[in-house]
Amino acid sequence: MTIMTTRRTALALLAAGTALALAGPAAAELDLSGKTVEWVIPFSETGGSAKWANFYAPFLSEELPGKPTVVVKFMPGAGSTKGANWFQQQSWEDSQGTLIFGSSGSTQFPYLLGDPRVRYEYRDWNVVLASGTGGVAYLPPDLAARMNGLDASPLRDVNFIYGSQGATQLDLVPLLAWEMLGLKVEPVFGIKGRGDGRMMFERGEANIDYQTSSSYLGGVAPLVEAGKAVPMMTWGALDDDGNIVRDPTFPDIPTFKEVCEATPGCETSGDAWAAWKAFFISGFAAQKMVFLPKGAPQEAIDTFTAAFARIKARPDFRKAAANILGEYPQMTGPAARKAFEQAITVPPSAKAYVLDWLKERFGVTLDQ
Amino acid sequence: MDFMLSALPALGDAAGMIFQPLVLAYLVLGVLMGLAIGVFPGLGGIAGLSLLLPFMFGMDPILGLALMIGMVAIVPTSDTFTSVLMGIPGSSASQATVLDGFPLARKGQAARALSAAFASSLYGGLVGAAFLTVFILVARPIVLLFRTPELLMITLFGLSMVGVLAGRVVLKGLVAAALGLLVGTIGEGASSGALRMATYDTPYLMDGLKLVIVGLGIFAVPEIVALLRQDRAISDRPTLGGGWLRGVRDWFANIWLSTRCAVIGVIVGVIPGLGGSVVDWIAYGHAVQTTRDKSRFGSGEIRGVIAPESANNAKEGGGLVPTVLFGIPGSGSMAIFIGALGLLGSGDIEVGPSMISTHLDMTYAMVWLLAMANVVGTLLCIGASSWIARLTTVPFALLAPFLFMIIAFAAFQSRQDLMDLVALFSVGLLGILMRRFDWSRPAFLIGFVLANPAETYLNQSMQIAAARFTQGLAEGLHYIFSPIVLVLIVITALSVFFGLRQARAIRSEGDVPGGAKRAPMLFLLAITAYVVAALANAAAIPDFAWRDRVFPMAIAIAALAGCAILIVQMWRAPAGHELFADREIDPSEQNRHGLWETLAWFAGLLVLTSLVGFILALAVFLLLFIRYRAGRSWGFAGLYTAAGIAFICALAWSLNRNFPPGLLQDLVKLPWPLT
Repeated sequence: MTIMTTRRTALALLAAGTALALAGPAAAELDLSGKTVEWVIPFSETGGSAKWANFYAPFLSEELPGKPTVVVKFMPGAGSTKGANWFQQQSWEDSQGTLIFGSSGSTQFPYLLGDPRVRYEYRDWNVVLASGTGGVAYLPPDLAARMNGLDASPLRDVNFIYGSQGATQLDLVPLLAWEMLGLKVEPVFGIKGRGDGRMMFERGEANIDYQTSSSYLGGVAPLVEAGKAVPMMTWGALDDDGNIVRDPTFPDIPTFKEVCEATPGCETSGDAWAAWKAFFISGFAAQKMVFLPKGAPQEAIDTFTAAFARIKARPDFRKAAANILGEYPQMTGPAARKAFEQAITVPPSAKAYVLDWLKERFGVTLDQ
Repeated sequence: MDFMLSALPALGDAAGMIFQPLVLAYLVLGVLMGLAIGVFPGLGGIAGLSLLLPFMFGMDPILGLALMIGMVAIVPTSDTFTSVLMGIPGSSASQATVLDGFPLARKGQAARALSAAFASSLYGGLVGAAFLTVFILVARPIVLLFRTPELLMITLFGLSMVGVLAGRVVLKGLVAAALGLLVGTIGEGASSGALRMATYDTPYLMDGLKLVIVGLGIFAVPEIVALLRQDRAISDRPTLGGGWLRGVRDWFANIWLSTRCAVIGVIVGVIPGLGGSVVDWIAYGHAVQTTRDKSRFGSGEIRGVIAPESANNAKEGGGLVPTVLFGIPGSGSMAIFIGALGLLGSGDIEVGPSMISTHLDMTYAMVWLLAMANVVGTLLCIGASSWIARLTTVPFALLAPFLFMIIAFAAFQSRQDLMDLVALFSVGLLGILMRRFDWSRPAFLIGFVLANPAETYLNQSMQIAAARFTQGLAEGLHYIFSPIVLVLIVITALSVFFGLRQARAIRSEGDVPGGAKRAPMLFLLAITAYVVAALANAAAIPDFAWRDRVFPMAIAIAALAGCAILIVQMWRAPAGHELFADREIDPSEQNRHGLWETLAWFAGLLVLTSLVGFILALAVFLLLFIRYRAGRSWGFAGLYTAAGIAFICALAWSLNRNFPPGLLQDLVKLPWPLT
């Protein structure tokens, strides 16, 4: 225990030193000692956002000035819009740094698509952290073998079944991608999480699926090794110029862009592509974000930003993060703001395209 | 036998990991914490594990596992206390225990019922662990055989237990189950997101009602109110008959029933997607069907306690299979468990196939930690049962406000919304009326619990089957009518046939005399009105979301047919007929207080909470209730109130929870716990 304590103390000293160096005296005004910071997650205890917040919370507790207790609170309901609507009602004056909010792609999409349940405005909030992720689509080996190199057109006569959580959620990205490749994919709705979709694939009921990176590594990679699944494509990652490049976590798997280019009839330009790319960026490049409530002063934003920056720099964080979050950017400061902008802006044409597509393909009308 | 060769060394390694003083100490610590949380109705593994999560990061894996498994394993054991003593199901896994456990407590045999339950729990847990040790090696391919049609059939099999629990007038039981199914469909449809009996302006209903609220409302609230009106202790004998030894002997006399139910528990637990919500009912139904003299079920048959308790602990072990091998949690607490595993040690334990290939020792350690936690927890519980059973001799007017405080707090945890309390009160009122007019509450609850899986699996298997049929008739038929499905159809048909034949003999609600026609008729008409409203509402769902329309409409039409027949029957039957069962005229109820007067106390708490927030309202409620209803002195009432508030604050503080705010909190900023 002594070793542990000394290490903690050393880290704390280091952290305190960096805090002064990074944030300057202005940020030191926010002192949270003895306080409890509530991190509200608009999902249940059981999802990916819970895993993400529970992972960050102990680090945040150590790196915030005054070492407050950080607790994760869950406020599930209405596909995360309930919690987000609640956070919209909170103000900095009432919380003074004791309240932060974690959103996810499932909070972003209803906002972007004009879901009638949305009563929140992202632009009122202040981003202090943005975490990216990626996704991998995969096939059963017999179907994967039918692909002509990267050309997916031989798969067009297959009746695909896909276990889906809902067309207006993150599943929009894979469904639209497959549609652009000309594949006939019938989504079976009503599954409770992507893990259930993978089960459906393993049971042979679904014959196409996708998982976000960390779930792919944990759940699908062993299937690939056992010869029961073959990766089809990743959604890719963004380089600094906003181009889609190979996902650094999966450098050997082609991206959807490559597959699309090789498949006749699939265009990497035009309305469909622009819409897909916009929603991919919104849903994955900044999939989870941490916000301070509206009215937060710049010093507070700086304090939290500096705390997250210090967390990123910790060696013990890096080691564990690779296992739990995957090799994805954890962005703070200007990078986080850029990711935030990308996440909550889609060109009106892309929005219109997706709304049209949702209506025609699924009869879903959101924008009323 | 290859796999056995790899299993034996792994078993040895696991034993080496477990049998260390520090590991055992953590296990006992976990069990104690689980006991402390599990005894409160509505709080269970999820609350407990969330409490432990912050400590899991970087912890030695085996120590973290010991702590977490100790806590999870004990919940289905410790929630038996409230099921038996108060008639309040502690969690979904012990709903069926209430049916016979509580009547036993009222006969002054609480200690017997408890120790029989604990002995069954222990035995069930051990049988489950032994079964798993072998089964886990071959589980993966077997679990994958259970596809959507098979899951649908198991759900229907669970629903068929309604037959056994329908009560004296079978049709009333069936309508109750249909009503439960309909209430279960409230909210967004799983398939297309169409709203049923909810609108975008009633956000609370969009997610539907939660099991904790329906379970507490339908069972706990009516019992609390009924006992309060009688104004006496739970046990009707001044001395408690039958000590804990008698319960253990009862269990031993029924060891074969216990074994069979444990196996049922493991098997249902192994199948992902159903979790524990049906296993206790299936075990209870099995006990009824295999008992020659069925007349005592519902009024204190010890086999009705042994069966569900043997099954629900075994189920926890079975639940490890989908959790550990597939990363598919069988329950909310298992989902947190998966998340916590990733935090342990260096974070390299990832649930999935590797748990068999490279981490088999760790998997076995989990299985046997689970078994040992059962042993430790059960011994503690049996030791305590004679003492805790004395609670049944305390005047209920002193116990009730405390219980109500706890269930209100537990209900509020479901959505952290004042509407949680309104929902609890409303479902409670329905429960009170169902109890009064002898409509089967278990049937309603089974319907509610299975509404979601029944609808989802039905829609999914139809959709997948449609795709299979495009590949050929044989392909489609082969998908729907697999050998497992055929076997399950036969079992379900037999269960329905025998269940309905026996239903009249089993009075899950005891004997209720028939009374005047008006009140039962009004209640039936109210139910009919809701069914009509649900039918109209479902019919209005637009065509593109037709999958969300079919299930509620089909159920509503069936329920409406049942209601129509009942209305005609009631029309023609004379007053006093069993159709008009009415507990209000039952002399054995010995009511000293009116229903509405008693309810007014709780309605008062609700209204006051909406004005000044929960804690202030609770203080006023406790003080006045103890002073006027229980008739104690102001000093006693003050002490009681202080103790109650201190207790609930300590509970909320340690679990990191808030209390419902009222209008006052909108106007003034108050410090915790008044917020």
